[in-house]
Amino acid sequence: MTDIVSKLTLSFQTFRSHRLRSFLTMLGIIIGVTTVIAILSLIEGLNRTVAEQVQSIGSDLIFLQKFSWVQTGHRDLDKLAGRPDLLPDDAEAITKLSSVEIAIPQISRQLQKLKYKNNEVSNSSIAGSDENYSSVNNYAVESGRDFSRDDILHRRAVGIIGSYIATNLFPDETAVGKDLHLNGHRVKIIGVFKEKGTFFGNSLDDYILIPYTVFEKFFPRPRGSLWSRVYGGYSISIKAKDGMKIEETIDQVRELMRRRHGLGFDEDDDFELNTQQILMDLYQSITNVGFIAIIAIAAISLVVGGIGIMNIMLVSVAERTREIGIRKAVGASNNNILAQFLIESIVLALVGGLIGIVFGMLLAWLISAVSPLKASVSFWMILLGFGFSASVGIFFGIYPARRAASLNPIEALRYE
Amino acid sequence: MKKKTDVICRAVDIEKTYWLGKVAVEALRGVSLDIERNDYISIMGPSGSGKSTLVHILSCLDTPTSGKYYLENTLVSKYSDEELAKVRNKFFGFIFQSFSLLPRLSALDNVALPLIYRNVSKHERIAKAKEIIDNVGLADRMHHRPNELSGGECQRVAIARALVNDPKVIYADEPTGNLDSKTGAEIMEIFDRLVDEGNTVVMVTHDMNVAAHARRTVKLADGRIIND
Ligand SMILES: Nc1ncnc2c1ncn2[C@@H]1O[C@H](COP(=O)(O)OP(=O)(O)OP(=O)(O)O)[C@@H](O)[C@H]1O
Ligand SMILES: [Mg+2]
Repeated sequence: MTDIVSKLTLSFQTFRSHRLRSFLTMLGIIIGVTTVIAILSLIEGLNRTVAEQVQSIGSDLIFLQKFSWVQTGHRDLDKLAGRPDLLPDDAEAITKLSSVEIAIPQISRQLQKLKYKNNEVSNSSIAGSDENYSSVNNYAVESGRDFSRDDILHRRAVGIIGSYIATNLFPDETAVGKDLHLNGHRVKIIGVFKEKGTFFGNSLDDYILIPYTVFEKFFPRPRGSLWSRVYGGYSISIKAKDGMKIEETIDQVRELMRRRHGLGFDEDDDFELNTQQILMDLYQSITNVGFIAIIAIAAISLVVGGIGIMNIMLVSVAERTREIGIRKAVGASNNNILAQFLIESIVLALVGGLIGIVFGMLLAWLISAVSPLKASVSFWMILLGFGFSASVGIFFGIYPARRAASLNPIEALRYE
Repeated sequence: MKKKTDVICRAVDIEKTYWLGKVAVEALRGVSLDIERNDYISIMGPSGSGKSTLVHILSCLDTPTSGKYYLENTLVSKYSDEELAKVRNKFFGFIFQSFSLLPRLSALDNVALPLIYRNVSKHERIAKAKEIIDNVGLADRMHHRPNELSGGECQRVAIARALVNDPKVIYADEPTGNLDSKTGAEIMEIFDRLVDEGNTVVMVTHDMNVAAHARRTVKLADGRIIND
């Protein structure tokens, strides 16, 4: 124990006596560890945000749509527009599947402006669905009431608004019971959704929901536009049964839809089944690129930093040839000398790593302070930083240390 | 032959050949020598006669090309580097012509150095080193670094370091070579005292006056002993 302490103090002594030189030597490692820690903590922060957001979709939800959320290569709008529309009937049929809890049709459109007295909100959207909308999406109506089956069947002009619209259009009165004018039609507000927050920066509370049966009447679909033919129609939100493997539900839905669309064996699907998983997969494949970049940076700085350390250790061995001779003469074994120089290079690398970790954390903190990115430094990154620099110290220190250890004591003593 | 127990080091027919490219330099050509307990030997001879080479082999800093070397009846001339390091640490003390102290360590730490390689605790190291450094009259200088000490003081630190591990033999290669005669005489007084206290000293010197302190003088020429 005293042995290790005295060896460490020894290497800190050499360190102190060459402060500038040691610092310059460590620069490679400092820069490397700083970058790696900063980038890792940013990716980690991003991971958390994305995971939270994507998981807010719900892992048991499947979205039957004309288009895929993730597109590989060029998106052929013509082809997508040619696909058959998905309809409320499809939702009804899907609901009957054994692995499906419930399926609902959903449709939405952008609104120019919503007005009530002197207050207005712009760029809200209008959505149409049925009475199971809130339970499928895990939303709750905070005040007022939810849709009933009758609202849908009887095409009642009633709506539930998001909390954003409620606070902005009705700052000092209750929204429930008031009438809104949409596209020249009157819609009565029967409820307000509980606040849902944002999804990748977009408010989820900035819309009004009406029965899809009403939606069809008030907002007839503009024909012709390619865009509207792909994105303007219904999508079906499907909630899988509890305890059911989602893949199984997907298979059942796929089979049913292929049948309903009369597809032959050799024909491709003319619809897409989107889940949160494919968003996660997409995100993973993006961050994998980030990780490869980190590995590259790490590898380069490892080599640069390591060569710096090896270089300075070789200089140090040459400078201290006489010291090595003296130590050997009084009884230091080859291993003692090897340990002395190896510890020195490890200490050098570790101090560099420590500085890099501190700088990296500061950098991450700075970036999260001035940008919307959230950084999160975790313990394993610090361990990684230390492990990384210690291995550089060992790997690049071993050659100079062996050289020191193998010096012939007589020749080392003769050295001036 | 003397009683076996009195002989600490026994060199038998030691040869040492250095190779400079294809040219062989025969530094030692068959040297046999016994060192007994409490011996006080000076090794003399012209420059290049092999004095330093002999001392290096006797002190296990180097191994002979051929011949046998025994330490207390154990053959050590075939020992590995690691074993030789242990032997040096356990059996010998060294004093060189140039003072060979570590410049970044204090006098005290220099003296304590051999004990580090014996895994002696720091506390004991310091205690022992203080005792020895006091013994060579440098108690008031022990926290100075070598560059703050005179040549004579440095050499006394070197002697203290050679003594700190209670060596069986103290080897000195021209210990007064870099000193003026007055300081050299002071150093020789210390050697005399050490021998009086029962230590064994082997020193290389060119100086007749220094050699006169020894009880036994070994003369070397051309790698051979010509007078013992
Ligand atoms: N490492 C070496 N390589 C080659 N030759 C060497 C080496 N060391 C010593 N020699 C040669 O061996 C011979 C003996 O050298 P040594 O140093 O033992 O002499 P010395 O008696 O100590 O001389 P000095 O009085 O000058 O110190 C010399 O000829 C020297 O050149
Ligand atoms: Mg010599």
